[in-house]
Amino acid sequence: MGTEGHRAGTVCAEAFGDSYEASDEHGLDLQLFARMCRIRAFEESLKRLFAKGQLPGFVHLYIGEEAIAVGANSVLRQDDKITSTHRGHGHLIAKGADVRLMMAEIMGRVTGYCKGKGGSMHIAEYAIGILGANGIVGGGIPIATGSALADSYFGRDSVTVAFFGDGASNQGVLHEAMNLASVWRLPVVFLCENNGYTEWMRTEDITAGQIADRGRAFGLECATVDGNDVHAVRQAATAATELARAGGGPSLIEAVTYRIPAHNEGEEVFSGKYRPDEEIAHWRERDPILLHRQRILAHEAPAAPVLEAIEEHQRALVEEAVAFALASEHPEPASALEDLYADGAA
Amino acid sequence: MTTTYMARAIADALNEAMAEDPSVMVIGEDVELSTIGATKGLVERFGQNRVRNSPISEATVVGACVGAAACGVRPVMDLMFSSFFYVALDQVANQAARLRYMSGGQVELPLVLFTGTGPSGSAAAQHSENPHPLLMSLSGVKVVFPSTPADARALLVESVRDPNPVVFLLDLMLAGSKGEISDPPHRVPLGKGVIRRVGTDVTVVAIGSAVPQSLEAAEVLANEGVAVEVIDPRTLVPLDDELIESSVRRTGRLVVADPARATCGAAAEIITRVVDRCWMDLRSAPVRVAWEDVPIPYAPALESHVTLTADKIAAAIRAAVA
Repeated sequence: MGTEGHRAGTVCAEAFGDSYEASDEHGLDLQLFARMCRIRAFEESLKRLFAKGQLPGFVHLYIGEEAIAVGANSVLRQDDKITSTHRGHGHLIAKGADVRLMMAEIMGRVTGYCKGKGGSMHIAEYAIGILGANGIVGGGIPIATGSALADSYFGRDSVTVAFFGDGASNQGVLHEAMNLASVWRLPVVFLCENNGYTEWMRTEDITAGQIADRGRAFGLECATVDGNDVHAVRQAATAATELARAGGGPSLIEAVTYRIPAHNEGEEVFSGKYRPDEEIAHWRERDPILLHRQRILAHEAPAAPVLEAIEEHQRALVEEAVAFALASEHPEPASALEDLYADGAA
Repeated sequence: MTTTYMARAIADALNEAMAEDPSVMVIGEDVELSTIGATKGLVERFGQNRVRNSPISEATVVGACVGAAACGVRPVMDLMFSSFFYVALDQVANQAARLRYMSGGQVELPLVLFTGTGPSGSAAAQHSENPHPLLMSLSGVKVVFPSTPADARALLVESVRDPNPVVFLLDLMLAGSKGEISDPPHRVPLGKGVIRRVGTDVTVVAIGSAVPQSLEAAEVLANEGVAVEVIDPRTLVPLDDELIESSVRRTGRLVVADPARATCGAAAEIITRVVDRCWMDLRSAPVRVAWEDVPIPYAPALESHVTLTADKIAAAIRAAVA
C-alpha cells in the first residue's frame, strides 16, 4: 500500500482501510482517514436503520469520536487486546472487526459475531483481541487489567487498551484497576474518552478535578490530548504502548472529544434539549474526519479525489454489510439455551 | 488412608493443580500468609509470579481474573469471606457469568472464585453470608459446596480444570474439621452428589455444614425408628437431580436442609424440582429447613436461633414423616 496509486492517477480506494502499515506518512494518513470513514459510515447507517425501526435494540453512536479509536488502534498489533464500551462500534472497527458480522449482530442475526446473543453493546471477537464491548459503565476496565496480567504472567510483550468514557472515570473499579496495574506494572493503557456528557448530565457538574490527574495519584504516566486529532491520539498511544511493552507499566490518557449524536438513538422521546446548539455547532467544526481531511489536503492538495473515493468505498463496504445482515437468518429460538458453559453443562 | 484437616485438603488440591498446570495462578487478599491455611506454603513453592497478594479491591481483582482467564491464565482467587462477593458482584454476575454466553460461546473462562462461607461463630451479618442461592440463579457460574476434606480436595482440583467460572464455597463451620483421604485421592466430577447415609423412610438433601448436622439428626431419628437417607449434592450447579429424584422415589418423603435464608433458597429450588418431577411418588409435603429471613446476628444465642442446628433438622424430619 502507499500513495503510488493516486500519484499515478489510478486511485484504488480498496487499498486503504484494512491496515495501518503504510510505507510512508501520507499513506498512513489515508489509512487513518479510511478507517475513520468506515466507522462514520457504519454509525450513519445504524442511525438510519434505527429511525426506520429496523434494529431490535437501541444503539449508542460514536460519531465525532472516531479519531480516538483509530488513533489508538493504529499503534496496536493483532495480538494486542482492547476492552470496549456501550459506545463501542468504533473501537471494534478500528481494531479490525468485520463490519458485516457486526451489522448482523446488531440486527440480531445468527451470522453475527455473537450469534444474536450480544447485540450492539456486547460484540466481541476474542480471536483478534477484542475482549468485548461492555454494557456496564467501567465493566471492561478490570478485564483489561486482567488481560494485561496474563501478558505479564506469560512474559508476552503485548498490551491491552481499556477504552472507557468520562462516566466510567467515576466508577471505583477505575481507581482500583489503576492501583493494581501500577503495583504489578501491568502493560495496560487506560484510555478515557471524555466526550463532555455522562448520559444526559454535564460531566463537569459531577466530576471533580481533571480526569488525567487521577492517574497521577497512582504513579501512572498521564496525558491529556485532543481526542479529535487522530495524530495527537496516535502519538499519545504510541508513548503509552511503548512504555507498557518495555515493562514500564500502565498509563492513563484522557482524550477530550465530543459526542455529536444522542446518548442513544431515540433519546428525544424523553431527553428534551440538554445541550446548547452553539456547543454542538462548535464541535461539528472540529469533526475529527474533517480536521484530518484538511490536514491531508494541506500537504497533498491533489489527494481530494482519493479521499472521496475512499469515503465512497467505505460507505459501499457498510452497505454491503447491511445487505449481508438483512439476508441473514434469525437464530433458531432454541439456540437461546446454548453457549452458557464451555463443556455444555446445564 | 490419611486423616486430613479441611484447610490442608484445600492446600493439597491447590498444590496439585498448580503442579500439573503452569497456567494456574492464585490471587487474593493475604494468600501468602493465608488466614485459614488454605493457600499456605504455595508462595514458597511456586513463587510470587504465581501466588500474589492482591489489594482489597474485590471487584477489580475478580474482573482481572476474568480478563486473565480469557487470555490463557487459570486464576484461582481467594475472596476470604463470601460476604465479599457482594462487593464484586458486577464482575461476578455481569462479567464472569455473562461473557461466554453473550459472545455466542467464543471464549472459555477457566477461573475459580474460592471463599470461606457461612457463619463461623459470631462473625455477624457481613462475614457470615451464604450466597449460593444468588449464585445458583445467575446462570453462568458453577457452584461447588463440599462437606468433607476428601470431596473438597477432589472438587477443587476439578474446579481448576473446569473451563468455566466456578465458585468454590468452603463452609467455615467445617474449616477445622477432619476427614479421611484415600491414597491416591479419589476423584469427584462436578455435578455428582453422594448418598452419605442410606435410609428408606425419608430423603434429606443437605448442603455444606448441614450434612454433618443431618447425619447427627439421622442418628437421633434412627433411635425413633425412622430410617433417614442423607444426600450431599456437593455441587449445586450443576445439581445432581437424578440422585435426589431416585432417592425421593424410594423414600416418598423429602427434607432439604439449606444453610441460607429460606426465601428463594436452594431448598426452594430443590423442592420445586422434586415436586415437578416426583409428585406422584411423594407421600407427604416436602419440608424446608433453612435460616430465618434475617441477617445473621452476632450474639451466640441469636445466631443459633436463626441458623441451622441438628435439632431443627431432626424436627423437620419428624414433620415430614408424621
